[in-house]
Amino acid sequence: MNFRSRLVPLPINNVDTDQIIPARFLKTISKQGLDRHLFNDWRYDAQGNPKPDFILNQPRARGAQILLAGDNFGCGSSREHAPWALTQFGFRAVISTSFADIFKQNSLKNALLPIVVPADAHAALFALVEREPEAEVTIDLAAQTVSLPDGRTVEFPIDPFSKHCLLEGVDELGYILKNEAAIAAYEARRVGSINTLE
Amino acid sequence: MLRTIIEKLWDAHVVQEQPGAPALLYIDLHLVHEVTSPQAFQDLRERGLRVRRPDLTVATADHSIPTTDPTLPIVDEIAAKQVAQLEINCRDFGIRCYGRGNNRQGIVHVIGPELGLTQPGMTVVCGDSHTATHGALGALAFGIGTSEVAHVLATQCLLQRKSKTFEVRVDGALRKGVTAKDIILALIARIGIGGGTASIFEYRGSAIRALSMEERMTVCNMSIEGGARAGMVAPDDITFAYLAGRPYAPKGADWEAALARWKQLPTEEGAAYDRSVTIDADRLEPMITYGTNPGMGMPVTAPLPEPSRVADPLERDSIAKALRYMDLEGGKPLLGHPVNVVFIGSCTNSRISDLRSAAALLKGRKVNPQVRVLVVPGSQEVKRQATAEGLPEIFRDAGCDWREPGCSMCIAMNGDQLQPGEYGVSTSNRNFEGRQGKGGRTFLASPLTAAAAALTGVVTDVRTLL
Repeated sequence: MNFRSRLVPLPINNVDTDQIIPARFLKTISKQGLDRHLFNDWRYDAQGNPKPDFILNQPRARGAQILLAGDNFGCGSSREHAPWALTQFGFRAVISTSFADIFKQNSLKNALLPIVVPADAHAALFALVEREPEAEVTIDLAAQTVSLPDGRTVEFPIDPFSKHCLLEGVDELGYILKNEAAIAAYEARRVGSINTLE
Repeated sequence: MLRTIIEKLWDAHVVQEQPGAPALLYIDLHLVHEVTSPQAFQDLRERGLRVRRPDLTVATADHSIPTTDPTLPIVDEIAAKQVAQLEINCRDFGIRCYGRGNNRQGIVHVIGPELGLTQPGMTVVCGDSHTATHGALGALAFGIGTSEVAHVLATQCLLQRKSKTFEVRVDGALRKGVTAKDIILALIARIGIGGGTASIFEYRGSAIRALSMEERMTVCNMSIEGGARAGMVAPDDITFAYLAGRPYAPKGADWEAALARWKQLPTEEGAAYDRSVTIDADRLEPMITYGTNPGMGMPVTAPLPEPSRVADPLERDSIAKALRYMDLEGGKPLLGHPVNVVFIGSCTNSRISDLRSAAALLKGRKVNPQVRVLVVPGSQEVKRQATAEGLPEIFRDAGCDWREPGCSMCIAMNGDQLQPGEYGVSTSNRNFEGRQGKGGRTFLASPLTAAAAALTGVVTDVRTLL
C-alpha cells in the first residue's frame, strides 16, 4: 500500500465514535451506505443541509484519502460502523498521535491505516495543511513512512502481523480457521472450565 | 514470575503463539446483540461457515428496542427489521436468544452476570465496549468490533496482543452519599479518557473489596471510558455468594470444583504492574461530568473549569468547545443548574441496587414538575425484583416514568432521547455530543445524584437531602 493524497485536517482531540457516526444510524443490518452519515451531526444542519464550514463539505476533502485528526481518535464505542463510514467516504488512513484500542483494531481489519506519529510531526503536518491546503503527503505501508513535500520522512509503528495481512491480502478469519487443529487440541486439554451452557 | 490475575487469565486462554503473529486467545463466553452482529452473521453465510460453539454463545436484544409495552410491535421499521434479523440469525445458527418479550431479556451486560453466564476466570467478549462490566466477577472481558464478532462466531478465538497491566488501588471507605459511580468518575477525571489505552485495569484495595458485586460492575463498566479495554476485580466471597444458585452457575460437585479453581485466580502478593494509580476513597465526593467526554468530571460542588486558566492549548480548546456545546460558563458552579430530564438506567446503573438507592431517596417525595424522569430497569429479572419490592409504585407516585428493560436513553437509538438543548442528569456512561439525542446535553452522575436532581429540578448535592 503506497498512496499520495491531500490531508483533511480535523484538529480536535478525543473524537469519539458517536461523532464519527451517531448511534441512530446503527440500526442498519448492512455495512453499506454509511459514508453519507460520516460525522453526520457536524456535517449537516438541522434541516439536513451540508454546513459549508465543516471540512468534509469543502472541495479540498473531495477525493482526499487521509484524515489528520487530534489525539486519541476513535474513543468510545466498539462500532465498526466508524471505519466502514470512513473508508466508504474514501479515507485510507487516519493520522493522529494516538488511537483508542478498539477503533484501531477495527480500522486495521478494514484496510484503514491508523497512523501514529510523534507530537512534533503531528504539529508539523497541521502546520503544513494550514500553510498549503493542497499539499500532498505519501504514505508507504511497506516502509512505514509518511513523506512530506519538503522531503521530510516520518516513520510510524504498525503491528507486524496487521502489516503482513494488509500487504499480502491475508484474511484474518481465514488465518484463524487454518488453526482449527490447535483450537480443538486446546479444547481437549483445557482443565475443567469451558462451561457449556446446556 | 509472580502473576497478576490479568496475566493468569491470559496464560490460561492462549491456544497458541506463532512467531510474527498475535496470540490465538480462546473465548469462553460470547454475548451477542442486535446492533453489532448482523454483518458478522452475513459474513459467515457468505463464507459458508457455521458457529463453532453455539453452546458458548448467548444473544439478547437491548440497544434498538423500545422501552414500551413489549407485546406491541416495534414502530421504527428499521429497528424492527434489525431485531427480527437477530432472531433469524440465532435460529439459523442455533444460538439461544433471549429476545424481546423473553423473560430473560435485558441489557447484555446486566443479564450475563445475572444469569450466572459470566464466571470468574472466563474470557468474555461482546460486540460492545461496555463488556468490561463482566470483569467485576474476575473475568477477562472486553469489547470487540463486528469483524471480530465473526471471528469468535466461526472459531471461538481471537487474535490478540497482550495488554499492559494497570493497577487501580482504591483504599479507605466511601462517605455517605458517595457511590461506586463516583469512584469511577473520579478515576477517569484523574487519568483522562485515554489514560488507560492499551491497558487492562485491575481494581484493588479496601474500598473495592467493600463494594457489592453490582457496585463492582458499575466500576468495571466504565473502564473503557478511561481508555482501557477491560477492568477486573479479583473474585472473593462476595463474588461467590453472588453467583451461587444463579441459573448457569455450576451446581453440586461442579460448584465445589469451580470454587477451588476460582480461589487460585487473585493476583499473587508482590506481582508487578506496568502502571499504578491510587485513589483515596475517604476524600471522594459525589461526582458529576460537565463536558462532552467522561473525563470532564468534577465534584458536584466544584466550580466549572475556566479555559483561560488551562495551560495546554489543545486541552484549553477542548474544554472551551465542551463548555460552548453545554452552554455553560467557566468558573461558575454547576450546582443549581436547571435540569430537564433525568435518566436512571443503562448497563452502568440499572441493577436492582441502583433502583433501590434512587427509590429510597424518591419515596414519599415528588419529582420537580419541570423534569421528565425515566427509570429503565436493566433486565426483565431486575424489573421482576423491583416489582416484588414495590419500587415501580414508588417511582410512579413520585412522578417518574417506569419503563421496560433496554439500553434506552444511554444510546438513544430507540426513541428515548433528549431534545436539542435539553439538559439531562444521566446514570449512563457517555456524555459525548449528541449521545443521548442530537443537541442534548448530558451530566453523568450516580443514581443518588440523579434522583436528587429529579426532586429539585437542578443539579444538587445529594448529601443535602440525605
